[in-house]
Amino acid sequence: MKETELITIRDEDLNLLLTEIFQRYGYDFTNYARASLRRRITRLMLIDRLPSFAELFYRVRNDENYFTHIIQQLTVNVTEMFRDPQMFKVLREEVLPVLATHPFIRIWHAGCSTGEEAYSMAILLEEANLLHKSLIYATDINPHVIENIQRGIFSMNHMKIYSENYILAGGRREFSSYYTAKYDWAKFDDRLKTRMIVATHNLVSDRSFNEFQLICCRNVLIYFDKDLQDKVLTLFDDSLDKLGFLVLGSKENIRFTKVASKYRQMENREKIWRKVK
Amino acid sequence: MAEGQMTKYKIVAIGGSAGSLDVILKIISAAALPVSLAYVIIIHRKNDPSSILTELLASRSPLAVKEVEDKESITTGTIYIAPPDYHLLVEDYYSFSLDSSEKVHHSRPSIDVSFESIASVFGPTAIGILLSGANADGAEGLKKIRLAGGYTIAQDPKDAEVAYMPQQAILADAQILIAGSDQLAGEIIRIVNS
Ligand SMILES: C[S@@+](CC[C@H](N)C(=O)[O-])C[C@H]1O[C@@H](n2cnc3c(N)ncnc32)[C@H](O)[C@@H]1O
Repeated sequence: MKETELITIRDEDLNLLLTEIFQRYGYDFTNYARASLRRRITRLMLIDRLPSFAELFYRVRNDENYFTHIIQQLTVNVTEMFRDPQMFKVLREEVLPVLATHPFIRIWHAGCSTGEEAYSMAILLEEANLLHKSLIYATDINPHVIENIQRGIFSMNHMKIYSENYILAGGRREFSSYYTAKYDWAKFDDRLKTRMIVATHNLVSDRSFNEFQLICCRNVLIYFDKDLQDKVLTLFDDSLDKLGFLVLGSKENIRFTKVASKYRQMENREKIWRKVK
Repeated sequence: MAEGQMTKYKIVAIGGSAGSLDVILKIISAAALPVSLAYVIIIHRKNDPSSILTELLASRSPLAVKEVEDKESITTGTIYIAPPDYHLLVEDYYSFSLDSSEKVHHSRPSIDVSFESIASVFGPTAIGILLSGANADGAEGLKKIRLAGGYTIAQDPKDAEVAYMPQQAILADAQILIAGSDQLAGEIIRIVNS
């Protein structure tokens, strides 16, 4: 099947599939933004060579093992280290000095995919001499991606870009001092993950599990509709200390959401808000 | 067109790559550009964090120019720019959404992705325009706008700085009209008023 051929999934069919996934497996995708979800499903059908929606539905209903595959394919796991370097620079220069005044620092990376973002944070904390008194909670809905956080292994191909990002984010060390290169892989130093707690957590259905001084949830809310965004932001609000920091993706905004009035954006125009109420 | 007169078109989607910036500037600086529709521009560019492109376009156009944020609402008389490193989608007539999934044709934003999404939501009320570029992105998407009943234009390859992209569209029979860069704004006005 060529990608040019339009697979059109009718609204009713999509709803049927989402209901089935929810009832059988407990994962609720009904409030995901539809335009991107449709693309994911179409892509899944192309990859798995499923000629019709009925085939897809049949697989979901009858093949338990297929579901783990679906979770992996429906979520978008694209990520980078020090993605939006300017934001990390502001974290380094303006946010960490505030966090440093706390005896103990808890940070939550919600929807952190394969962990590049959590490792970037660990590097910042180490350079600020704060890692020893911090805990980084790295969570994602997709069990497959978080296995990689434990390993701390990333593709060597990306190291050039990551090292440029690191420098733009105000890094002064030799970026390669953080990993050992083996063939095509870069294994990050184990000391960076000593303060990491890795777990699956579904923002749609799981609850708040701690109080944090910083919550970082970038490029996850774009996959949710407005109602679900409100719900998840309320979850964050319940999990954030007063005067804590909330970091979103570079094109995300809390401006038109339920929690907006409780937050003040930092003056540098980066997507960092402080909880003021 | 008299203010308030009805047109069936709601959105103009313009895609371009290498050599398209000047053409885009020509289109959006036209004084008589109809304000009864929304404009969406998907252009391949370096992932520059600053909003240079938005500022440049804003300085040349009588219309409001915005780089899209997630779930931004779609308002007529506004020119929207796809942000770097995200695919731009439309949820319905009223709002955009963003997606950072895999690149398509080595591009994010990809013109195909946006055009397809616009074709499926706006169908016959969309106008698609594909400009100069060295990439095959956009041709399929333009075809989908055409198949969905929208109006489609390819920049004349003879007039394009890099002919490849509009040529691909023409090979795919994606366009209703072929037009030179100087005619594009006029064609939009004509189509909307017809
Ligand atoms: C594009 S990645 C973002 C990674 C990283 N935060 C960044 O900005 O580079 C989006 C992540 O959100 C996760 N995700 C999607 N739905 C989720 C949910 N309901 N709960 C938790 N994570 C979710 C996906 O599995 C994916 O890893």
